[in-house]
Amino acid sequence: MTTEYALRMGDGKRVFLTKEQIMADLEEGSADAADLGGIPALSGDEIDKLAEILMTPSRMVGVEPGKEVPVTHDIGTIRIDGDQGNSGVGIPSSRLIGSMMHERAFGADTMELGHIDYSFKPVKPVIAQEMQTMEVCQQNMIVPLLYGAMPNMGLYYTPDGPFENPGDLMKAFKIKEAQESMEHAADHLTRDTVWIMQRLMASGADGVNFDTIGAAGDGDMFASLHAIEALRKQFPDIYIEAGMAGELLLGLHGEMEYDGTVLAGLWPHQQAPLAAKAGANVFGPVVNTNTSKTSPWNLGRAVTFVKAAVKDSPIPCHVNMGMGVGGIPMFETPTIDAVSRASKAMVEIAGVDGI
Amino acid sequence: MGMPISHIMTSGMSGIRAAGDLVARMQLSKNMRIADAKDYVAKKLGVSTPDLSDEYVMRELREELGIGVITSVAGAPKGIAAKMNIEKLLDIKINCCEKFRDQVE
Repeated sequence: MTTEYALRMGDGKRVFLTKEQIMADLEEGSADAADLGGIPALSGDEIDKLAEILMTPSRMVGVEPGKEVPVTHDIGTIRIDGDQGNSGVGIPSSRLIGSMMHERAFGADTMELGHIDYSFKPVKPVIAQEMQTMEVCQQNMIVPLLYGAMPNMGLYYTPDGPFENPGDLMKAFKIKEAQESMEHAADHLTRDTVWIMQRLMASGADGVNFDTIGAAGDGDMFASLHAIEALRKQFPDIYIEAGMAGELLLGLHGEMEYDGTVLAGLWPHQQAPLAAKAGANVFGPVVNTNTSKTSPWNLGRAVTFVKAAVKDSPIPCHVNMGMGVGGIPMFETPTIDAVSRASKAMVEIAGVDGI
Repeated sequence: MGMPISHIMTSGMSGIRAAGDLVARMQLSKNMRIADAKDYVAKKLGVSTPDLSDEYVMRELREELGIGVITSVAGAPKGIAAKMNIEKLLDIKINCCEKFRDQVE
């Protein structure tokens, strides 16, 4: 009887695969990334190593001693006191308590403070509260404590913001007007982000985590890169982490450029050098999980993309490995077997500097 | 919670249980890749790079250096006091320590 290994689909459901099926899916996933990104596929040895990690007959695996990497955190303390929408577990607690729990109970290497909405724009009306909380947290914390938020440029469009919704404009074939709306929104997003971080740096923040850059397309990344550039100029020692929203930067505008590079259509290995050029210290590449494919297919694909990003990045890469990215199943409570296998693979094969 | 803790258990450096915060600081403050950051911190601490993730080595060393330990030791430096000692150890400046000094001078 052929041996089957209990693995996962991209949505987290249990699936049983033979070694031959695992190898075939690993190779197919890697080839897909190589084809899309114009990057090298994984070598035969790397595929073998990935298969070995996936087929380990224990619930949890771990990196070899000495190969550990720092683990940075997005969403901050919202995972403690937040609701299901932020994957929070609803424990009533202050953000100081949430931060200290991560540092002293969970062994987090870094932490971040975030607003309950977790977007930059809604922080503006409550900036004094954020400053006060940052001060209190910095007085008590030891690990690096960033301020984290999403650029979330969609909040600048109607009905939530002042600029006409580009989606509505494009449906009416008003392409130029849609592009202008994105340009205005990007300017405001840059301005707001810099303003917020000026105040948080005055309150002792170590720096900022731009979480999910590009979620609203190329304008979102344009605004974020310009904010990073401005913050680096004003605060030479600020810690800046630039984490992406998806593997491919969507060209909603299509013609926005940074440093002479068109942003639309960039893959992780092309995004990393731009984040570094703008002044980020750490880049967070993303590779999306396909829920209809197996974990070998998704992991083979994700490791291929991230390995190329690590190679081409001038700065450390902390790969995004939350729900639905980096080979992790798209599921609210990702299974420990899948998370630990993906985590080990990213460190030992993609060569990431952190997670 | 299972996801971040799974990552910490699988691949993380355990924060102030070991030396994960120190390595992360060098990545974030000086753009150091993982091997360079570990080498830098290990030399400053006088330990090997594998020791940076070894709680047995780091527990006592962190208390001796006053750079914060995971358990609550009465009288030991915590918060900004521990970070001021980290500044000296790693030869870096930390923003909140700078602000603290500005306020007391």
